[in-house]
Order: sequence, then structure tokens, then C-alpha cells
Amino acid sequence: MDYEIVIGLEIHSELDTKTKIFCGCSTAFGAEENTQTCPVCLGLPGVLPVLNKKVVEYAVKAGIATDCKIARYSKMDRKNYFYPDLPKAYQISQFDLPICEAGSVEIDLGEYKKTIGITRIHIEEDAGKLIHDAGSGTLADNNRCGVPLIEIVTEPDMRSAEEARTFAEKIKSILEYTEVSDCKMQEGSLRFDVNLSVMKKGAKEFGTRTEMKNLNSFRALERAIEYESKRQIFEIERGNRIIQETRKWDDDKAESFSLRSKEEAHDYRYFPDPDLVPVVLTEDYIDNVKRHLPKLPWVRKAEYMEKWNLSEYDANVLTASKDIAEFFEKTVEACNDAKSAANWIMGEISAVLNEKSLGINEVAFAPEDLGELINLINKNTISGNIAKKVLKEMFETGKAPMSIVEEKNLAQMNDVSELKNMVLDVMKANPQSVEDLKGGKEKAIGFLVGQIMKQTKGKANPGMVNKLIKENLEKF
Amino acid sequence: MKLTKEDVMYVADLARLEFNEEEIEKYVHQLGEILNYEEQLNELDTTGVEPTAHVLPIKNVLREDELVESLDRQKALMNAPSQDKGCFKVPKVIE
Repeated sequence: MDYEIVIGLEIHSELDTKTKIFCGCSTAFGAEENTQTCPVCLGLPGVLPVLNKKVVEYAVKAGIATDCKIARYSKMDRKNYFYPDLPKAYQISQFDLPICEAGSVEIDLGEYKKTIGITRIHIEEDAGKLIHDAGSGTLADNNRCGVPLIEIVTEPDMRSAEEARTFAEKIKSILEYTEVSDCKMQEGSLRFDVNLSVMKKGAKEFGTRTEMKNLNSFRALERAIEYESKRQIFEIERGNRIIQETRKWDDDKAESFSLRSKEEAHDYRYFPDPDLVPVVLTEDYIDNVKRHLPKLPWVRKAEYMEKWNLSEYDANVLTASKDIAEFFEKTVEACNDAKSAANWIMGEISAVLNEKSLGINEVAFAPEDLGELINLINKNTISGNIAKKVLKEMFETGKAPMSIVEEKNLAQMNDVSELKNMVLDVMKANPQSVEDLKGGKEKAIGFLVGQIMKQTKGKANPGMVNKLIKENLEKF
Repeated sequence: MKLTKEDVMYVADLARLEFNEEEIEKYVHQLGEILNYEEQLNELDTTGVEPTAHVLPIKNVLREDELVESLDRQKALMNAPSQDKGCFKVPKVIE
């Protein structure tokens, strides 16, 4: 029997503000435990939380970028539950009047495109961090309490792990482009909850769903979906019922297990937070945010294809991350050769970035340097192969390509008379190859060129060498 | 509105409160009376009236995204019944 997998995502993203959502404590990651707290985020009695202006702005930005309706009137609510990472025993969130609703995002799966509905985006505060490895108790670090979040909730529109991953990557790219979040996944700035059910192909009603919380990498997201869908199909095939529950994904063991909570079915008893007043946005405010929104990835992509004739694939890769897109654009500005810039960034440079897990902004050289390197190739100062060596040096030392070329004496040999002498010597020394070439074996020329390249340590202009061999063939 | 013993026990459980039989009986009565009093509001016709989110007619009270000095850690932990390694210590939470 064929099954269809039905997936909806809830994406939590920490906003890139300097301070917390309701107080002036820093949101910086990695500080000493409990050094970024105050009476407001510790939930001490008698304090008054005040909403951070930037949080509203960032949530509106995210809403506009995902084609949502921006609420003219929204409010904050209290979501009540007891957990040691939540000192107030309630989380301030939004319940029935979220700041953004009813949006959509298009994803591109290569063979097809698909629109994923966004149910809502609301703002809320993050909880603290629990450290479980202490012997007798659990330790709470409240630095993260009150760090601003947006939660993006999708419609159950995804049908495979690949669709979910593609969507999640697109959301990451949108949040990075709009500078709403730094999306550092290793720091928990972007986390996914998966709601998943399976149904027989063609069925009209969804099956019972389970929820998996806090997946914090694309790989974990994909693997958790694959595991959970197989588990549900297996249970159904055996005639068992799926229980609606929260499950925890264990990425090390590559399996999910039930979090059978002793608690009552969740009863959060939401109510409007009396300490916080409604947020009312005007048309002017929303228009103003819209006008200042940075160029979004799909706009850039269309430009790359139109202006520089790049393939859709290349344009997709280059615009997926804002940092790469900006690096690329600056490189093109310096060398006016988009195709070469694309090839270098997607090829050699990406390979090194992946190998060393670096971001493009962490490399030792500037995009202008890469532009200069491309210029050196285009002006025949160096060959493509030598350029790879120069690039390697640029990664290590950050020196400008021209100074590397000069220092290491790497400039291409373009001097005809000098090259001609070398060519004649090599031909004299390899009569068999010359014979073969004369006899029509085109391959023999490769050997001769190779000898020259070896002698010149790759600096001879290969095109010129080729030409010289052919020109002097009748002399032998 | 008639409140049951189960209602009181459920609410007590959500609030992490523990009551004996006698107390439960007392709250079935007292809480029930409070709810009955509030029940009077249902006599009003609220068709077309927007739900009230806040009793005061104010909106958009916002602060700039500017850093304010945080509490000294010692002060932050001062009232904690138990602390360890610069953290609040609570009974072991097992997931």
C-alpha cells in the first residue's frame, strides 16, 4: 500500500536584536551562566515588561517577506505551564491575534515548484537553558530567558523530507536576507518542530499526527521525518493506532521516542497579558518597513539570470545565502566577468569553505581580490591552473593575488621567442612523439605540451605552446 | 454554574497545589460562588462588541533596543533556594 506523508513545520527563530524582548539584558550568545538576567527576565514580582521596538519591526519584516497579512492590531498573551526553564511559570507569547497571518512561500524542488502556506507568525520569548548532566539536580541558566523569538507555523503542505528541508532552507535564507535572525543553527538560533502524519494515498482525511520538537539541523530534520514516517507506516501496517503525542528525536541514536508526559493534556490557559498593551500598526508603518526591506533572494536570482545570463541553477546556489550573494556581486564588480566569478565561488572556494566549515565572510581575502585573480587569468598573466595555486595562497595568507604572483614568480610565460626555443628542444628530445603527431595522432601533442609545462612549472601559456608545436612540425 | 470536586482537583493540579478532602469541599463551594457571581456578566448582550485585550485605552508602549546593565550574578541567584556552578539548581528534571 502506498502512503502519503503529511508534514507541517513550526520554526522558532531567535531575532537578531541587541537586547531581550521585554528588558535591556543582552542577547549575546555564550556568556557565563546567569550573567545576562534582570528582575524582568527572571520573573521577579512587581516588574513591568516593555516590548522591544525592534522585535515588532523584525516580525513585520519576516511577515512581509513571507507574503503574510500584517495585523493592524495584535496583542501578547500568557501561556501558562510549569517548567524549570521558565521562571515566571508562563511564557509571554501570542495566542489568537498574532502579528502576521496567512502567508506563503514558494519552494523549488528542481523538477517542480510548490507553494507552502504560512498559517501565522507570532512573537514570543525564549526559555532558559537546562543543564542536565549535574549529579543530583538540574541546573538552570536563564541567560536565554526572554531572548526574542518568532515562531513561523506552516500549513500541513509538505509531502516529503526533501520538501520540508527545502522549505526550511528557504526560511533560513529569507531570515538571513532580511537580517531578522543570524540563523546560527549551532547556537540554536533556528529550531524546527515537525508535525507529521501519514495517510493512504488518495485518502481525504489526514491521519493522527505526532510532534517532534527542537530539531536544530537540516540533517536532523530530514532524518527525523524519514524515521517517523516509516515508524507510523509500520504501526499502521501492523494494525496499530497512531497515538497523538510529542516525541523526542535522538540524533545520535537516529530514532525518536515517546515523551509520555505525566502532565495533563496541555491546558495552557492562555489569557491576555495585563502588563503589556496591544500593538497597533498603521499602514504607514508597514509601508515603511516594506520599503526598507533588503533585496530578497528570488529578486536577486532573477537579476542574475537576466543581467549576467547565469543558469537558474547557478543563480539559485549563489543567492541561497546573502553573504555569498554579496561576495559574488562585489567580485563581479571588480572583474566584470560573472561567469568566472560564479565558477570560482561555486567551485574552488566552496570546496575550501566546506572542508574547513568556514563562512565566506571568514576567508582571509576580499571579493575584490578574487576579482583581481580573475582579471589576471583573463589578461593571460596567469593560467587557470596557476590561479588555483594563487587562490590557495590567498586562503592562507590573505595577500593580494598580484603580489603572490610576483613573489613566487608565477606569471605566465608569454614570450614567443623564449617559448619557441623550449618547444624546439622538447621536440628534438622526443622524436617518437613528433613522429606520432605527424602521423596524425593528435594525442601526442598533449605529451609535448606536458613536457613544456613541467619545465616551466606550469607557467608557459598552454595555447601558445600548442600553436608553436604545430607551426614547427614541418621542421622535423 | 455547578462546580464539581473534579474541577477543583484539576485546577489545583494545574496550579501545583495540594489540598486535603476538607479543603477541596471548601473550594468547590467558594470557587463555585465566585464563578456564579461572574456568571451575571452573561446576562449582557455582547453581540458585535470586540473582546477587550486591555482595560486601559493605551497602545504601542515600546522601548528602544538599547542595552541596560544586567544584575550581578550573585544578586540574581541571591533568593534561589539552591544554586550550583552559577546556576539555579532545581530537582532533577527527567525527560
